[in-house]
Formats: sequence, structure tokens, C-alpha cells
Amino acid sequence: MTMVQALNAGLRAAMGADPAVMILGEDVGRLGGVFRVTDGLQAEFGEDRVLDTPLSESGIVGTAIGLAMRGYRPVCEIQFDGFVFPAFNQLVSQLAKLRYRSAGALSLPVTVRIPFGGGIGAVEHHSESPEAYFAHTAGLRVVACSNPQDAYVMVQQSIAGDDPVIFLEPKRRYWEKAPVDRAAAADPLHAARVARAGTDVTVVAYGPMVRTCLDAAAVAEGEGMSLAVIDLRTLSPLDLQPVLDSVRSTGRLVVVHEAPSNCSLSAEIAAQVTEEAFFSLAAPVLRVTGYDIPYPPSRFEAAYLPDLDRILDAVDRSRAY
Amino acid sequence: MPASPVSRVAATGDLRIVGQAGSEALVQLLTPEGERVDHPDYVVDAPAERLQSLYRDMVLARRVDEEGTALQRQGQLGLWASLRGQEAAQVGSARALMADDMAFPTYREHAVVLCRGVDAVQIMAIFRGLTHGGWDPHRFGLAPYSIVIGSQALHAVGYALGVQRDAARARGPARPAGQTTGSPVAVAYFGDGAASQGEVNEAFVWAGVYNAPVVFFCQNNQWAISQPAERQTRVPLYRRADGFGFPGVRVDGNDVLAVLAVTLSALQRARDGGGPTLIEAFTYRIGAHTTADDATRYRSLAEVETWKLKDPLERVKAFLHRKQLADPAFFEQVGAESDALAARLRRKCLGMADPPALAMFDHVYAGEHPPLRRQRAHLAAYLDSSPDPGEVPR
Repeated sequence: MTMVQALNAGLRAAMGADPAVMILGEDVGRLGGVFRVTDGLQAEFGEDRVLDTPLSESGIVGTAIGLAMRGYRPVCEIQFDGFVFPAFNQLVSQLAKLRYRSAGALSLPVTVRIPFGGGIGAVEHHSESPEAYFAHTAGLRVVACSNPQDAYVMVQQSIAGDDPVIFLEPKRRYWEKAPVDRAAAADPLHAARVARAGTDVTVVAYGPMVRTCLDAAAVAEGEGMSLAVIDLRTLSPLDLQPVLDSVRSTGRLVVVHEAPSNCSLSAEIAAQVTEEAFFSLAAPVLRVTGYDIPYPPSRFEAAYLPDLDRILDAVDRSRAY
Repeated sequence: MPASPVSRVAATGDLRIVGQAGSEALVQLLTPEGERVDHPDYVVDAPAERLQSLYRDMVLARRVDEEGTALQRQGQLGLWASLRGQEAAQVGSARALMADDMAFPTYREHAVVLCRGVDAVQIMAIFRGLTHGGWDPHRFGLAPYSIVIGSQALHAVGYALGVQRDAARARGPARPAGQTTGSPVAVAYFGDGAASQGEVNEAFVWAGVYNAPVVFFCQNNQWAISQPAERQTRVPLYRRADGFGFPGVRVDGNDVLAVLAVTLSALQRARDGGGPTLIEAFTYRIGAHTTADDATRYRSLAEVETWKLKDPLERVKAFLHRKQLADPAFFEQVGAESDALAARLRRKCLGMADPPALAMFDHVYAGEHPPLRRQRAHLAAYLDSSPDPGEVPR
């Protein structure tokens, strides 16, 4: 099934398992969300559990906090990445901090789903990668799924957890299909995974770039290179153990994401890997990222976004050291 | 500060209006059938040339909109947000503006853009993904399109506060060419959905307490993507103004004459130091939210058909016909002009080349800093390293 269908199935399962689970968002009910992730859920679970909210992101997150205090498990949908910022105060100063502020008396099991990233030729504010803001904020957990199986599992795990989770969905992968095994044993939510084993260079990515890195690894294989690809899955807390294990054998690391590089996830990963595996590294940690500019008009996307060629270029540069 | 009705006389060239904001009823001067009706608060005497001009504006705006939709369907644009049904609200309000007024539009205000004198090709460039902006805001008195819902309302208020300070200090920027007043007003365009955003309500607070020369022009087109206006408010939107301390008025948004009259009145009130006004233009989004939306999932065709009977263009056409204020040659000429505009737009749009990749680094800062310069140089070297664009640069 597609990632959209997998997310839909995951949300349906979570709502069926726990009557406290609610969905709040713009156009999530009757329309089923602009990407149809919540399609049919309002019809199945009712208008009091799937709320078509007023057009107000701060309202969506702020009221979800109150609902959580009343014992509910709200799942908020932010329609597009660039629309999350009106809710920034509620996310960063309230949702992230209320457990701490209340000395543990309050639990905020709120999941905030955000379709993120570019590659779909959209207009401004519809292609951004805001993950670093949230990963920088203590109190929030941040995860990104890269495939339908993870989407199905991780959305349920996020909802079931007692901490707020920023759940990032790679919208350019929404319509890619892969089998989903509903009975498969699930990895923990906050665990990175080796998506492809390899021996020459380690490539780390999350969300939309995992597919791109796997494609690059397939091309590299044809050229006699073995790339390990690690799907980070969790951005906060980070799980770098599989990365460190791999780097200790390859000695080379390339980190890939769509977000700009300045103060990004790749910066944190490079720092930690350098601290933990300095003597294993045969080359500096290289990064393939978006540039430090606002997300450009869509006609620039091909040059702005990391692609197979830029990843392999970085792999070559790493190997040339 | 009570929201008391304030009578104003607004005069602009050929049009004389006695206006009064705060009126309870829907302001309408031209019925859907094209009958002229009187309104006690807005006594309008509009000559034939004015009505013809407004009609022409609406025809051209609709044609640009149709081309936008067609070009999107043909893959030439990434997206299009149709204004169909809202021509009168946009043309009527935009034609009330002077050259030194400043409009803050959303991504659907294509008719406002045209009325401000911007080439429609600039709108196409945005939806083709060539640029986020397109026109010089200062030259045209038109801020860039705002896509994050409601964010521009505060900008309009801030601009108005600047105007207020300039007046107090007898300073200000050089006036643009065209009809100016010397006491510009900021106009914030937004929709019914935006009325739920905190930022819009904050803009109301600020405008009220500072008595800012701003007009809030809300096009209530009944739908925020799939959500009806009732999901945004329990009272008519114009009545919100009362709680913020300034007048609100609801106008038939499909009646270009009424919209013009009400907007002129509100602008004059602001110019005279009377402060903000909230105008709710009651209209309808005939098309889907955008070309990416399927409106049949959430609203009935019957509802759309009902609103089509209130078409903003047809009523003016009927009135001009009936009163013999325009002859067939006029309508033929407008039609020909519309055809020529569409052909030109299409030709220009298809001829728009993609910009060079390195141009995406332009305009991030007033002065580019070294790290960004290095990134640009890195990309340039990378692009140069690929002799054949089809080959993997290695």
C-alpha cells in the first residue's frame, strides 16, 4: 500500500484501540485531509473524534494540550510544513515544557503530524524541512518515517507514547507503494535501522532522502562500491549506535537531508560521530543538504534538493581522502 | 471607543458617494438581476464610463483566471488558485485604491494585482515556480502574495502605523505616479478562514487601539478549502469589528458597485483619521480551493449553481444593456481585448525559461555572506563538472 494508506491504516488502528485518541486538523474530516491521510476516519469514528477545526494552527495545538490534560490522546495534523509556525509558541513553549513545568504531574501524549520536505513542485511554504527547530527543543520527540511499513507502525507508537511527538511524513513519498505487514514485529520507535548493509561508505538519511540514498547505493553497487544506508527514523532522541557501528567498519560517513545545513541534524550527527568514533574516521564527515537559503521556487528544486548524483559525488569525495 | 456609524463623503473623480459604515444590512446597489437599488447609507451616482470600466476589469480578471486554470491543466503551471466568483469583490475594492495606498493580498487576489497595474504574466511566474514574488511592492502599492493564512493582516497594520507616524512628522516616501492622496491607507485582504487565525485578531487589536489607517477587506467566499464559514464564526464576520472598537460592514461581494462604494467610504474614513474598518464582502468561491482540490467531496453542486445565478459580471452586463449604457460594440471590444490578453499570457507563459540554478542564492540577504558565497561557488563548480547534463557528474 501507499504511505498515505499505511498512515490511514495506522491511525484507524490507533483510534480503534483507544477511544481517547482524537484527530484535530484543517480539512481532516469530510475531505479526509488534503493528502487524504485521514480519509474515512470521520465517517467511521464520528465528528467528535475527528474534528474539522477552524483555520488556526495555534488553536489546533493549543487545544490539543488542553484535551491531553483532560485525558485524551490528540493527533494533530498540520496541513503543510510551512504552516506549523503559527503554532510554534504552543509547540515549543507549551507542549514541550508542560511536563517539566508541572514537575511531572502533567502528561502530554500529543502527536503532531507534519507532511514535510519538497520535491513535489509546490508553491512557497509547502516544501520545507523544519525538523531541526523541533529536535532542538527539549521535551519534544521527533521522528520521521521513510516507508509505508514504518509509517503504519510508527504513527501508532507515537500516539501510544506519553510524550509529545513531532511526526514527520515525507510528502514526496506519500504515493510510493510497499507491502505493509500489520503483524510484523516492530522496531522500537526511537531506533535507527540499517536499511542496506555496506562496507565502503556509510550514508545516513531520514524521511524522504532514505529512498534517494538507497537508489544511490544501487547505482554505486553497479560501479563496484558498497554503500551502507542507515535510516535514522528518530531525530530526537537520536539513535546513532547503528551509525557508529557502521562507521567503525567503513571509516567514511555522508549525511543527507533536504533541510539547510546550518545548525541542522547533520551538524549534530557529524559532531557526535566525530566525538565517538574519531579514530575510526578515514575522512571528514561530509554532508549533502539543502542550501542555506529559503526553500526556493519550485523550478529550482532539482538543483536545490540532494539527489542521487550529489550523494555519489560526496561519496567519491569521501573516498578520495 | 464605540463603533459608531460615521458618515463620510468620498469623492473620486467621476464617482460621488455618501457612505456610512456600521450599517446592519447587506449593502447592495445592483441586484443579481441587474436592477439598481438604493441604499440609505451609500448614495452612489456612477456614470456609464465608470460601470463600463469596472465591467471590463472583471472580464479581464476572469479571463486571466481561466487561462491560469487551463495552463495548470496543461502542465505549464504547478498550481492555480481560482478567483472565479470573486471578481466584483476584488475589482470593486482595488479600484477604490489610490496609487499611494498599499494592498496586502493573499494568493487568490489576481484581480487586485491586475488593477494595481501589474502584468498578469507576473502572477503566472509565481504559479509556474519561477519566483515567490514577482512585482515591486513599492512601485505598485502591492505587497507580495501571502500564502501563510492571515499573516499579512499585521503587516498592513504596521504599514498603516508607519503612515500615521509619517503624517505626524510630515515625512514620507516619495509619492508614486498616479492618483495619490498624500494620506495613504493600508488594505489587508484575507478570507473567512483567516478570520480564525490569531494573527488576524491581533491585527484587529492593534489597528483598533492605535486607530490605524487600515481597511480590513475580508472576502467571505464561504469556504476555507472544505470548511464552511460557520466553522470559523458563529456571528457574521463583520460584527467582530464591534468588539475591537471599529465599524464593520457587510457588502454584497458580487456587486462591484456596492463594493466600490463601501471600500471608498472606509478608505476615506481612514484617511480622515477615523481609523480602521472591517469590510466583509459576502461572496462565493465558484471553483475549488485550488487546482489540487476536489470541491465535490465537500459541497453540493446545487449550492454552486445557486451562487452562479449571482454572478458578478452578468448583473453589470444586464444593467448596462437595460439602461443602454453600453452598445454591442463595447462588449465586442472588451471580448476582443480579453482574447488578446489571453493569447499574450499564454505565449509569454510558454516562453518563460527556467532561471539558472545559481539564481536561487540571490536576495537571501542584503549582502551575501561568505558561507553562502562558498555554497554558491560549490554548486557552480559541481554544475561545471558535468559536461553532459545527462551524465552523472563524477
